[in-house]
Amino acid sequence: MKEITVQQITDAVRTLCMDVSFDLPRDVEAALTDGLAKEESPFGKYCLEQILHNCHLARESRQAMCQDTGIAVVYLSVGQDVHIIGGSLTEAIHEGVRQGYEDGYLRKSVVEEPLFERSNTGDNTPAVIHTEIVPGDALRIMVVPKGAGSENMGAVKMLKPADGLEGAKQFILDTVRNAGGNPCPPIVVGVGVGGTMEKAPMLAKQALTREIGSRNEDPRYAKLEEELLEAINNMGIGPQGLGGRVTALAVHIEQYPTHIAMLPVAVNINCHAARHKEIVL
Amino acid sequence: MSEIKRVTTPLTEEAIKDLHAGDSVLLSGVIYTARDKAHKRLCDTLAAGKPLPVDLQNQLIYYVGPAPAKPGQPIGSCGPTTSSRMDSYAPILMREAGLKGMLGKGPRSKEVVDVMKEQTAVYLAAIGGTGVSISHAVKKAEVVAYEDLATCAIRRLEVEDLPCIVAIDCQGNNLYEIGVETYKRDM
Repeated sequence: MKEITVQQITDAVRTLCMDVSFDLPRDVEAALTDGLAKEESPFGKYCLEQILHNCHLARESRQAMCQDTGIAVVYLSVGQDVHIIGGSLTEAIHEGVRQGYEDGYLRKSVVEEPLFERSNTGDNTPAVIHTEIVPGDALRIMVVPKGAGSENMGAVKMLKPADGLEGAKQFILDTVRNAGGNPCPPIVVGVGVGGTMEKAPMLAKQALTREIGSRNEDPRYAKLEEELLEAINNMGIGPQGLGGRVTALAVHIEQYPTHIAMLPVAVNINCHAARHKEIVL
Repeated sequence: MSEIKRVTTPLTEEAIKDLHAGDSVLLSGVIYTARDKAHKRLCDTLAAGKPLPVDLQNQLIYYVGPAPAKPGQPIGSCGPTTSSRMDSYAPILMREAGLKGMLGKGPRSKEVVDVMKEQTAVYLAAIGGTGVSISHAVKKAEVVAYEDLATCAIRRLEVEDLPCIVAIDCQGNNLYEIGVETYKRDM
């Protein structure tokens, strides 16, 4: 059995929280560069140029590319042959978030409870942690900080099976159209279809972490991804919602088996700062 | 895109009337930051008939919650936040406190645009997610009210040539509508 200490986990999360805020994934940067070449609107071009310039500044000066460094969503894939020693796994992650957000001069954006005082916890904890147990002896940690501008624009709907493909398409496109310029386009659109009422949004968020340009393995879903991307880019929303051709950089769909009487569909929108970073211990 | 217009606060009606949706602007002078919680407190203060902690007459509010400053810098990353969260408060500040300008990102409600027309106010957009670039335009930052709100406190910023776009002008011309209409393809 492989032993991993909680200290290793805290250190990894601390580093990930900082790096993910400073260093935009290269696939996202490449998609923005590609978008700049395609964009026809002068405002759209200007926005994309500024976004790329900011991305370089953030990487060089190790500063948060966006002041909204998000609530930290942490995905853990724990190999079933891993033994975590020296303390609590959950606490180790929260401690990593605490240290990363403090040492990286990242904004603390988490409030203690949602309805009454909404007082800031002051250290960006707790993280939202999703854990899965997988075969093997590796521990994979992925940090996906999510800002409110884009997270607030997501939606989930329990469609009827009779609504079918057309109903799902309409819901996805309506969600993106209603979001308009709010979620900082160009966006990445994550779609989860199937499962249950909590499974579909989980899939939608995970879909955001797929490499841009990758396609669903099922050719029918891959074709749907392309079709939706084209429809979204025909809406005219454009970078920052000021009008243009490049509204989305990608549409990623993840599907899962569902009940005979269900058709859950979830949409999770990411801003152009589509941040995610992982480490394997 | 048009030639770049230089705008300095406090905003005069004359200067506002000269700004048209789609104009590029370099903004300089003193501006104030505020987000949802600070807006709620400002509006509650007005409703109670008490004086505001900052005089907003002819001033501009920047919707931003900055990241902490690194040593030696006035401010951290400080791009705009989503303006629509302030839509329920903005009309009150324009009508009752003399607010003349707003800087943020994303569309505004019809009510906000109507009150902008009535009060001769302007809505500028900065580019969301470019917080490092924008921070270079901030020369000085200090908390002037609601310090307990941390990043959401009201800050007085001295800015020089902060790049932004006139998104909605005081005639109600709205780049979010004009721009999308221009590039929309029939579906």
